[in-house]
Amino acid sequence: MTAVLERAELDQWVGVCRYDQLLPERGAAALVGGRQVALFRTSDGEVLVVTNRDPFSGANVLSRGIVGSRGGVPTVASPMYKQVFDLRTGRCLDDAAVSVPVLPARVRDGVVEVAVPAGP
Amino acid sequence: MTRTLVVAGNGMVGHRLVDALRARDGVGAWRIVVLGEEPHPAYDRVGLSAYLDGRTLAELSLAPALDDDPRVELHLGRPVTAVDRAGRTVTTRDGARIGYDALVLATGSRPFVPPLQGADLPGCFVYRTVEDLDAIRDRVRAVGAGAHAAVVGGGLLGLEAAGALRGLGARTTVVEFAPRLMALQVDEGGGHALRRAVEALGVRVLSGTRTERLEPGADGAVARMVPADGDPIDADVVVFAAGVRPRDELARDCGLPVAERGGVLVDATMRTADPRVWAVGECAAVEGRTYGLVAPGYAMAEVVADRLLGGGAEFPGADLSTKLKLLGVDVASFGDAFAVTPGALELVWSDPVAGIYRKLVVSDDARTLLGGVLVGDASAYAALRALVGARLDVEPARLVLPEGSGAVPAPLAMPDRATVCSCHNVSRREIAEAIRGRGLADVGAVKACTKAGTGCGSCVPVLKSLLADCGVAPSRGLCEHFDVSRAELFEIVRATGIQTFSELVTRHGRGRGCDICKPVVASILASLGTGHVLDGERAALQDTNDHHLANLQKDGTYSVVPRIPGGEITPEKLLVIAEVARDFGLYTKITGAQRIDLLGARVEQLPAIWRRLVDAGFESGHAYGKALRAVKSCVGSTWCRYGVQDSVGLAIALELRYRGLRAPHKIKAGVSGCARECAEARGKDFGVIATEQGWNLYLGGNGGFSPRHAQLFAQDLHTETLVRYIDRFLIYYIRTADRLQRTAPWIESLEGGWDHLRAVIVHDTLGICADLDAAMERHVASYSDEWRDALQDPDKLARFTSFVNAPDVADSDIVFVTERGQPRPASPQERAVLVAGPTLGVAG
Repeated sequence: MTAVLERAELDQWVGVCRYDQLLPERGAAALVGGRQVALFRTSDGEVLVVTNRDPFSGANVLSRGIVGSRGGVPTVASPMYKQVFDLRTGRCLDDAAVSVPVLPARVRDGVVEVAVPAGP
Repeated sequence: MTRTLVVAGNGMVGHRLVDALRARDGVGAWRIVVLGEEPHPAYDRVGLSAYLDGRTLAELSLAPALDDDPRVELHLGRPVTAVDRAGRTVTTRDGARIGYDALVLATGSRPFVPPLQGADLPGCFVYRTVEDLDAIRDRVRAVGAGAHAAVVGGGLLGLEAAGALRGLGARTTVVEFAPRLMALQVDEGGGHALRRAVEALGVRVLSGTRTERLEPGADGAVARMVPADGDPIDADVVVFAAGVRPRDELARDCGLPVAERGGVLVDATMRTADPRVWAVGECAAVEGRTYGLVAPGYAMAEVVADRLLGGGAEFPGADLSTKLKLLGVDVASFGDAFAVTPGALELVWSDPVAGIYRKLVVSDDARTLLGGVLVGDASAYAALRALVGARLDVEPARLVLPEGSGAVPAPLAMPDRATVCSCHNVSRREIAEAIRGRGLADVGAVKACTKAGTGCGSCVPVLKSLLADCGVAPSRGLCEHFDVSRAELFEIVRATGIQTFSELVTRHGRGRGCDICKPVVASILASLGTGHVLDGERAALQDTNDHHLANLQKDGTYSVVPRIPGGEITPEKLLVIAEVARDFGLYTKITGAQRIDLLGARVEQLPAIWRRLVDAGFESGHAYGKALRAVKSCVGSTWCRYGVQDSVGLAIALELRYRGLRAPHKIKAGVSGCARECAEARGKDFGVIATEQGWNLYLGGNGGFSPRHAQLFAQDLHTETLVRYIDRFLIYYIRTADRLQRTAPWIESLEGGWDHLRAVIVHDTLGICADLDAAMERHVASYSDEWRDALQDPDKLARFTSFVNAPDVADSDIVFVTERGQPRPASPQERAVLVAGPTLGVAG
């Protein structure tokens, strides 16, 4: 499975949506540089981004999962077969062999920006 | 060399003997021939009354079945009629002779019918076999509404029979010769409490009354019972429950000694005077004494199984403790219940208002528990019985006084050797060792491993505390964020009026929640009717189905199911569905709930699809929710030649009443217009079957992974009463069930099970019916279609976008191919081809 993307591979921050378009503790799908990603706004204001594809089903649905915490770690549960992912690392907490790519995100002037990797 | 064991009798004890023997006979020392009189394999005679509640004979049959074991030959309807001890053969009713190396008599007992004038009139019955119950039911039905029934005998079996007759709708009188009910088990105070409770249920009790004769009516069947003094009682049905007599004829006829008061005489090894012949159960008189309970019978069966394999077991004497629920009233008696031990002291608590009587018998120094009687509330029975003979480390009064002032003893105080399960004779030590040694984690595992709790079930509360003692108490908590159960959370929300998850988790939990607790809270808030499921913060709690008001499919698309109440739909509305499916390229399929599923809708298409449907008069079918789904129906009396009521009309009314009702799990329902049951109502959480007089209500059925038949709850109801019962059933379920617990396991998990449910719903024993009724009225009044509301709210519609930064761009990974003229998701192989080249009939 894909590892967490290295900072060195990133080349630019892309504005995706207004911060207030995201609901607290809920995800939203977005198209960033041709990739489908899932944005999550947690209750403490953080924005976390993973790719939207659920590795267990192959469907682009992680953004529609329930957000929460497990042992203090912010998580999303895939709506398809309910595996839980750590939103900070992309690691699947129910299957150590599986993870999803994480993308860095930040909020500038009320706009959510996601760092997209260079290249194809 | 294999020897042959013949078992004469296939009742509960005979079955137990065979089961025990083959479980231990690893080398195949015995071939077992079972010769039973009844035409059915052994069934649970103790639970016989459940047969009239709709439990089938198959469900009552004792597990494991004996006839799938090559070492066992089971002959039903072939009773032994003679024994030739010299030739070592038995003769069956059809004349076959079968040789034996060992013979076990397990012929049971027969009901005693007092020699009264008229006792043989039509309409007079005993209460022992399913055939007896069939005959009783047929008689009550033939007499019709207002039938009068009389039960001769106010003991355990008499009250059981009275409960059954009352359940059949007969006006029932119990006639008992002794001055009180259940004179063998309870003392005078307990008898008073029991009588009050029984009379409160509408059963008349005549104690201290001797039946003089029975008189026929004009049709020749019994019509009246005439007591020795007092006025005659109307009685269209008479059931004799005046005790049993051992069936010891086989022994008498072959010259084996019998006890003075009947019963095949055996010693403590269960052997008769002939070393090759044994007797067990109600037909046996162990050192002269007969036993009418199943637990001593099981103990006898175990002794014989052990002896047949060369063991040295002896009958340990019987624990005659009993706990039962008669007519919904707890009755328990254990140890020295009548304080016959010299110097014994009695402590009594009696609360006629609450219907509770509790007596404990202790030794003269008040330090040792000897026995007791519990009526009205026997929840402490298992713990107290296990303490008999042990030194008490609390003031005995604390064990008698009501909860709050007293304390039910912890099993820690129970000595290791104490018997926890008297049905299977399992001690506390054996259970604790199994829990620790084999890592058992719940009651189910303890039952499977030790057999404890699999008999009468009264010790299950002790098993739970033993698990807790051993440090493996299963947490009732929902998840790591809440330590309380769903039912407790429901009460917290109801009592505090908290309306947001964040406040609830801050005040009553920890962390930020998860995919377990968030949907539970969302469901509770929805059940309490506090607004739309997508209002404000609540939207974030919903799983994707509720969040998008549609059902997620494997490729990330959704299915759409409009409500079609009762499965009835006009051609015009069918056309609307057809056009919507065609215009949006959706796959259509008829569901099992008589609706139409439209599959393959992308998230951003849902509002447009629903706008068309809502404009045409459709509303959400809640196929996505843990909610009432549909009420299935047959065409009923409107069209069907056999229908006796308008099942479609009722199904539509029920579906419209309960639509939108959120619950711990999905709820399905059905209404059949006659007993042919074409709507499969007994496979539903609540099912209604029409009768000539009204409706029969069945509760607790489901299909799926563990299919269950719904059980008969009440008969011949008027529509108004029917609806009220269903209202209460649903709200009580919603308030108290666990997360994802369907109605069948919920009913089983209720303390007191079916009797409790009936008491709450029909007799309002908890005093909550007005509240349940009001809750359902609030639901009905506040219902509003979720899709119609969502379409009118731009904030809610904003969630139905594919991408927050490209709302109208479709997910390019969703690819369909055509099969049998309809779209379906492409397989990975097809997808590869589709990406590489054109064509293949891509839809949508």
